[in-house]
Amino acid sequence: MIPELGQYALILTACLSVLLGTIPMVGATVGNALWCSYARPLAIALFGFVLFSFLCLGWSFLQSDFSVAYVANNSNTALPWYYRLSAVWGGHEGSLLLWLLILTSWTLAVALKSKNLPEDILARVLAVMGLITTGFALFILFTSSPFERILPRVPEQGADLNPLLQDFGLIVHPPMLYMGYVGFSVAFAFAIAALLSGRLDAAWARWSRPWTNIAWAFLTLGIALGSWWAYYELGWGGWWFWDPVENASLMPWLIGTALVHSLAVTEKRGVFKSWTVLLAIFAFSLSLLGTFLVRSGVLTSVHAFASDPDRGFFILALLAITIGGSLLLYAIKASHVKSESSFGLLSRESFMLINNVLLTVSCATVLLGTLYPLLVDALNLGKISVGPPYFNALFVPLGALLVLTLGVGILLRWKQTPATLILKQIWLPGVLALIASGISLALLPHWPGIWTSAGLLLAWWVVFTAGRDLLNRARNRSRGFSALLNQSRAYYGMMLAHGGIAVLVVGIALVSTFSEHSDLRMQPGDRKQFNDYEFVFDGIRKVDGPNFHSDTGVIRVLYKGEPYTEMYPEKRLYTARGNVMTEAAIDPGLFRDLYVALGESLGDDAWAVRVQYKPFVRWLWLGGLMMTVGGILAATDPRYRKQARRELAAA
Amino acid sequence: MNPKRKQRLLIVLFIVAGVGVAVGLTLFALNQNINLFYSPSQIAAGEAPTETRIRAGGMVVDGSVQRANDSLEVGFDITDYEHTVHVRYTGILPDLFREGQGIVAQGELDKSGVLQAVEVLAKHDENYMPPEVAEALEKAGKMPKPTGQEFNK
Repeated sequence: MIPELGQYALILTACLSVLLGTIPMVGATVGNALWCSYARPLAIALFGFVLFSFLCLGWSFLQSDFSVAYVANNSNTALPWYYRLSAVWGGHEGSLLLWLLILTSWTLAVALKSKNLPEDILARVLAVMGLITTGFALFILFTSSPFERILPRVPEQGADLNPLLQDFGLIVHPPMLYMGYVGFSVAFAFAIAALLSGRLDAAWARWSRPWTNIAWAFLTLGIALGSWWAYYELGWGGWWFWDPVENASLMPWLIGTALVHSLAVTEKRGVFKSWTVLLAIFAFSLSLLGTFLVRSGVLTSVHAFASDPDRGFFILALLAITIGGSLLLYAIKASHVKSESSFGLLSRESFMLINNVLLTVSCATVLLGTLYPLLVDALNLGKISVGPPYFNALFVPLGALLVLTLGVGILLRWKQTPATLILKQIWLPGVLALIASGISLALLPHWPGIWTSAGLLLAWWVVFTAGRDLLNRARNRSRGFSALLNQSRAYYGMMLAHGGIAVLVVGIALVSTFSEHSDLRMQPGDRKQFNDYEFVFDGIRKVDGPNFHSDTGVIRVLYKGEPYTEMYPEKRLYTARGNVMTEAAIDPGLFRDLYVALGESLGDDAWAVRVQYKPFVRWLWLGGLMMTVGGILAATDPRYRKQARRELAAA
Repeated sequence: MNPKRKQRLLIVLFIVAGVGVAVGLTLFALNQNINLFYSPSQIAAGEAPTETRIRAGGMVVDGSVQRANDSLEVGFDITDYEHTVHVRYTGILPDLFREGQGIVAQGELDKSGVLQAVEVLAKHDENYMPPEVAEALEKAGKMPKPTGQEFNK
C-alpha cells in the first residue's frame, strides 16, 4: 500500500509540475497577476508530494518490504537501519528520486526566499524549475520507478546494498553532490527568466548570485567528499582518478566557478552579461550531461549502476531539449543585450575574463577527454580509453596559469589600472612568495621537480597577494587594522575560498611528489620501513560483523623505533552476495597519512599488503572545505537582503 | 581603427590564440595517451602492437592463476574462448579478481606475446562484465548465457 501511495504522489507531482511549468509562465507573458500567483503554492505542493513519495520509499526500506523490486535489489534485513535508509539512494531509481527531491527543495527555497523578487520574474523562475521537474518526474515514472513490485513471488531476502556503498561517505556524498548539480538549475532558471523578460541587469545578477554561490559550495563539498570516500574506501589510496564520472562532476564545477566570477562582474560593472547567461546555461547543461553519462550506462565506471538504452535515450532527449531550447532562446534574445560600461585591458574585468577563459578551456579539455572514447566507439573506430596523463598534462599548466592570474586579479581595480600601480602592488608579494617557497623547498627532503616547486610558489603567491589586498583595505581607511574586521562577509568568503585554492595546490603538489607506496608480501613478523615509520605485520585475526566476515590484519607501527600505533586493515566478505571488500586502515594527520590495505591471502600465513605514506593528503579536502565555507559565507552576505529591501522600498 | 575596436580586437585575438594553443596541446596530449583495447583473438592474430601501452580483456581461465612463492608476482591467462593470452602482473589484484571473471588488464605486450600488465581492473559488481570484454566475447560467439540475472542489468 505504502509504495503505491508513493507512486501516486509521483504521478501527482508530474501533473502539478506541468501546471507550474505553464500557468505562471503564460501569466507572466500576458501580464495576468492571478496566474503568476499560482507559482508559489504549486512549488510548495510539488515539494510536499515528492517528499511524501521519498518518505514512502524510505519506509519501504526500513520495513524491508522486498515485494518492492528496488528494495529487494538494494537492501537486506541484516543491514543496519542507517544503511537501509542511505540505500534509498544507493541505486539508480532511488538516486533519481533524491535528485527530484532536491530539485523541488530548491524550487521551494526560491519560492519562500524571494519575497522581494518582482512577481513576474519569480513566476518565470519557478515555471522553468517546474518544467525541469516535469522532465525528471516523467523520466522516473516511465523508465525508472523505484516503486515497482515483484509480485507474486516476493523474495525472502534482499540482495543487499553494494558493500562499497555501506559507508558514511555514501550517506553524505550523493546528497551534497546533487545539491550542487541541481542547485545550478536555479541559476539556469534565473538566466532563462531574465532572457524571457529581457531584463538582463545588475538586479538579475544580484538575485542569482547567492543561489549560484550556494550551489557551487555544495558541489565543491560533494566533490571533496567523493574524493575522500574514494581515498579510504576503494583501497587504492588514490584521491582523484580522472574517472569519467568524476569528470562529470568536475565539469559543472569548473563552469560554475567561472559563473560565480562572471556574475560578480555583471553585478558590479554591468558587463559580460550575455556571457554570464551562457555560463549559467552551460553549468546546468553539464550537470544534466553528468547525469546522462552516469545513468545511461555508456561509461565503464564504479558509478554506472545500470545500463538501459531507454533511460539513456530519455536523458539524452531531456539534454537536447534543455540545451537546444535555451540556446535558441539565447540566440534570439541575447543579441539585444548591451554592456553598461567599458573596461581597459589592465583591469579587474580583464583578469576575470582570463579566469573565465582558462576555466572554460579546462572544462573543454575534460569534456574532450571524457567524450572522445564514446565518440570513437560510436563511430566504430575501436575501444579506447584516455589515461590520466592526458588530463594531468593539460590541467596542471592551466591550473598554474589560473592561480597566477588570481593573484594579480584581486589586486587590480575595476575599469582601468595603471601598469606602474600594478607593478608597485605585486613586486613585494612576488618577492615574498619566492622567499617563502624557497624556505618551503629547503624543508622538503629532496628537490621535488619543477611543477611541484611552481605549485608551492603559486600557493604562497595567493597567500601574499591576498595579504596585500587586506593591507590595502586597511590603509584606505583611517581606522587601520580595525578595518580588517569590518569587511563584508562576501569578502571574507572570497578570501577563504582563494585560501582554499592555495591549500589545495599545496596538497596536490606534495602528495603527488612525496607519497611513498609499496605492495608487499608479508608474513607475520615481516617489517617495512618508510621514512621514520616502521610497519610490522603481526598476522591476521578473524572478526565477524553484522552482515560480513572479516580477516583483520594487525599491523604495529613504530615511529623512530618507538611503538606508535596499531592499524587494522580488513578484508571483508559480505555474505549476501559473496562480495569481497577491502577496508583500509588509515592513521590520519594534518601533515601525513599512514595508509595500510590488505590484499589477498597468499597461503602460509602470508598476505599481500599495501603500505602507503601520504604527506599532506588531508590538505586536498581541507582546501575543498575552505572553498565550501567561503561560498556559503559569500552567499549569506546580508548585503543581498538589505539591497533587496531597498529595491522593494524604491519600487 | 578606433581604440575601442583595437582593444576588442586584441581581446578576440588573445582568446583565439589561447584557444588555438589549448586545442593544439590537447590533441597532442590526447594522442599520447590513448590506450587501445584488443581482444585475445586480435592479439593472437598479431593485430596488437608490442611495447606500446594497450588494454586487453577477457575471462580469466579457470585454474590458470599462478603465484610466485616469494613475491607478489602473479600470472594468469585471459580468454575470449577462441584464443588466450598470458598476463603477468606484480602487485595486489583487485577484490573482484577471480577465475572465471571478466577483467581488463592494461600494460605492454612483450616480444613473446605475454602481456606485462601494470594495472588489472575488475569491476565492483560480480554480475558486471566490462563492455569491451562482452563485445569481444560476442564477436567470438562465446558470450556465456547469463544465469538468473542478466549481465550489465
